[in-house]
Amino acid sequence: MNSTEQDDAELKALSQALHQLYDPVMDEPVPARLHVRPRRWRAVAMAAGWVTAGICIGTFAGWQLHASRSSVALQPEVPGFVKRAAMAHVTYLPEVRHPVEVGADQEQHLVAWLSKRLGAQVRAPKLDSIGYSLVGGRLLPGDNGPVAHFMYQTEKGRRITLYVRTEATENRETAFRYAAEGNVKVFYWIDRKLGYALSSADLGREDLIKVANAVYQQLNP
Amino acid sequence: MNDAESIVELIPRLRRYARALAGERTAADDLVQDTLERAWSKLHLYRRGTDLRAWLFTVMHNVYVNQRRAARPSAPLDDEMPELSQASRETDTLMLRDLDAAIRRLPPDQREVLLLVALEDMSYDEAARALEIPIGTVMSRLARAREKLRAMLSGLPPGGGKQLKIVK
Repeated sequence: MNSTEQDDAELKALSQALHQLYDPVMDEPVPARLHVRPRRWRAVAMAAGWVTAGICIGTFAGWQLHASRSSVALQPEVPGFVKRAAMAHVTYLPEVRHPVEVGADQEQHLVAWLSKRLGAQVRAPKLDSIGYSLVGGRLLPGDNGPVAHFMYQTEKGRRITLYVRTEATENRETAFRYAAEGNVKVFYWIDRKLGYALSSADLGREDLIKVANAVYQQLNP
Repeated sequence: MNDAESIVELIPRLRRYARALAGERTAADDLVQDTLERAWSKLHLYRRGTDLRAWLFTVMHNVYVNQRRAARPSAPLDDEMPELSQASRETDTLMLRDLDAAIRRLPPDQREVLLLVALEDMSYDEAARALEIPIGTVMSRLARAREKLRAMLSGLPPGGGKQLKIVK
């Protein structure tokens, strides 16, 4: 064997070893955060009237945004429905006797009723795997029609609420966005016909994003 | 298949390369995520008909360079190579684990070239274009990377001449 052949053989052996080492990565399921498609984000045209004006930020962010990710810094003005969601959260959060209109024991009825009122199929995501069980839901007035409001709580009574409203324009999707309204933290996003805002007064941002991910995954199996 | 679908198809390969390059899983997927974000936003700069994979590797290379710059790594490992454990040298058998550790210890520039050629099976020319460096630089970095690997895995100083043997 001359030295070139030896060299080639060595490189080949190295190549085989590298494949042995790293090829298994290709068989791993791709994490959800890498599966995001490009999403064009448009400013939400609010009834109050701040205009879209063709603002079209080609934003594209993982559903699991890291706190340090720049995408969060690109946050636009917080849409009005997020404030409403935060307000609904603090309104019903301390409620002991009437936290919801329809309880989780009538979940099917609740979902059918809210879907009918919103004119769109809404669903109450199942969050038991992350420790939140559905308390129930209620109908709320929104700025562009009826809104569905679901409440969940942990065994210790820690509550989160999910505010679901219909969007004026279909086929619009945004990444997760974060806002703090007073002491209420909100992750909100738009997925086709529906806009969502997940609120918590006592979860930290990192914990809340885990819940938001679970909600998103439940709604987009 | 359109460009977007092709990009999605290539994600597993990007992850493999990123894992080899960045090592730890979360850091590797962060690298892939940043690469994809950049790729989607710069897709208009991709010239159709050219090699999409090569283009993505170029994007990843640039992201990787920026990440390293931002992270301000400790002193380069280039000239200081701690020896690997004695145990693996009992025979000349190279344990894959040691290879992984040795890859980690290569200077990033050399690691990239080595992985593009030996893992991604790129030609020197393709690697040169992906990294936007002259082909001569590819060859010299590859040679240095292999020499260091040999040294680390055999416990001999670079240039010791001992051959890397890999026994499956």
